Amino acid sequence: MGKTLAEKILSKKSGNDARAGDIVIAEVDLVFVQDTTGPLTIRQFQASGLESLANPQKTALFIDHAVPSPNQALSNDHLFLRHFAGETGGFISDVGDGVCHQIVVESLARPGGVIVASDSHTVTAGGLGAFATGMGSSDVAVAMGLGKTWFRVPESIRIVTSGNFQKGVGAKDLILYLIGQIGADGATYKALEFSGDAVGALSMPGRFTIANMAVEAGAKVGLFPADETTRDYLVEQGRGDHYQPIFPDVDAVYEQAICIDVAELEPTLSKPHAVDNTAPVRELKGTKIQQVFIGTCTNGRLEDLAMAANILKGKKRHRETRLIVAPASRQVLLGAIKSGYIQSLVEAGAVVLPPGCGPCLGLHQGVLGDGEACLSTSNRNFKGRMGNPEAFVYLGSPATAAATALTGEITDPREVI
Amino acid sequence: MLKGRAFKFGDSISTDHIIPGRFACLRSNLPELAKHVLEDADPTFVSRVKGGDFIVAGNNFGLGSSREHAPLVIKMAGVSAILAKSVARIFFRNAINLGLPVLIFDTGEINDGDELEIDLVAGTVKDITNGKQFTFGRIPEVMLRILDEGGLIPYIQKHGDFKL
Repeated sequence: MGKTLAEKILSKKSGNDARAGDIVIAEVDLVFVQDTTGPLTIRQFQASGLESLANPQKTALFIDHAVPSPNQALSNDHLFLRHFAGETGGFISDVGDGVCHQIVVESLARPGGVIVASDSHTVTAGGLGAFATGMGSSDVAVAMGLGKTWFRVPESIRIVTSGNFQKGVGAKDLILYLIGQIGADGATYKALEFSGDAVGALSMPGRFTIANMAVEAGAKVGLFPADETTRDYLVEQGRGDHYQPIFPDVDAVYEQAICIDVAELEPTLSKPHAVDNTAPVRELKGTKIQQVFIGTCTNGRLEDLAMAANILKGKKRHRETRLIVAPASRQVLLGAIKSGYIQSLVEAGAVVLPPGCGPCLGLHQGVLGDGEACLSTSNRNFKGRMGNPEAFVYLGSPATAAATALTGEITDPREVI
Repeated sequence: MLKGRAFKFGDSISTDHIIPGRFACLRSNLPELAKHVLEDADPTFVSRVKGGDFIVAGNNFGLGSSREHAPLVIKMAGVSAILAKSVARIFFRNAINLGLPVLIFDTGEINDGDELEIDLVAGTVKDITNGKQFTFGRIPEVMLRILDEGGLIPYIQKHGDFKL
């Protein structure tokens, strides 16, 4: 009997014949924390009695959620992370480097690797075929000390895609549509495994966008095969030697298969206050939006900024709609400067934030006022998510976000491109 | 045997309801952070909950972020178990890792304020107020071993490794 991607990776990393439902102990190839979960993780590590990092070179601490720090308490949390990295030999990624998940896919994650981190969007690296999943501070602390963790091998749901996207429709619309279909708990404890012609044609940034939001359907991982596109990406990142092809077996067993013809998809968004509360963008046409945010581990990559810049070039944002852009990493920011995207966005009226999580989690930079609505390219729109429980967050693609910034109300990007 | 009152919540209570991102600056000051537990779902919860009480929720409790602070502030509020129709994956593991039992069954017939009695060994929840009794799903063996030691960190302190 063949194996799914999840079973293949966990078999190799546990040294067992791992099948859905089994409990395995797997070696981890990378373990990391970020600045809002890292301090508790370090305290749990220190309490555990584990004396040193199992693999300092495979342990990373990212300062990305509150950058630059907005207050004394968070500055002290940052000091704590830097001090721990200095003492233990862990790798520190500091203010301005970018969002942990973006740096992980640019520089650290490998196909077939196992990654655990105290951030739920760790699933992003599934886009290049890594079994990457979010855990809490205690689990991550123990993984830091032991270099391994336990997993229940997940059942897999296979998403079989076909067709070509319409112009103005892309990866974000696909994953929002899927979450709307199966619900925010539609894949709880399971792996989402993406396959089919449309996935083969997807760029790496598109795959990362989809894998990133697997957790919004409750999934443990969102896995893509590692194919020629993956290889080209790793070569481009200067680490072609990290490539190894990974595909599921043809006779692998899936809990279910869901077929999606992407040609039938429309620009899609999530309405407040649930990610699975989805609708076609055209149904929300005319809804006033006071802030548009383009960025995050979901949609802050160069391809996303290019999409927005191309729509906004030579035009101006609506005067009653603020436009905030946060590149996901230093590499993305430099690429966007070189390509002229930053110039187009700034001339269109955007404010550009330093690489980092920006307003996504409601900590600083673009907190909404009472009754205000934001159209965001991020991954969550729970009540209070962007810092104010009296505000409203809609989730959409970079194309929908840019079209909305132009008109000041929710706009189907097919109307402007 | 655990005894306490039910604090009823609906479906899809996210980690942002439990402890919003806007309080991230308090994450190294846990007593202050805990004052905001479940504030965006029920602002009166923190002033009413007493040691031993239970959270009784609907589907997908704890969805969202991996922040272990979410089950941590619930535990700090004195809650002795979470009862839900279903629970999100990361939250479930985090709660068990902190020694906080999560019991899965159809909680629909329990009302807010009901007095409950829970037998963790027998796997039963008795609603003293309405006289009904429920059986909850088995917690996976590996998690029971962690729960029995009071959580993952005490487990590792004792065993130094996974002995699963």
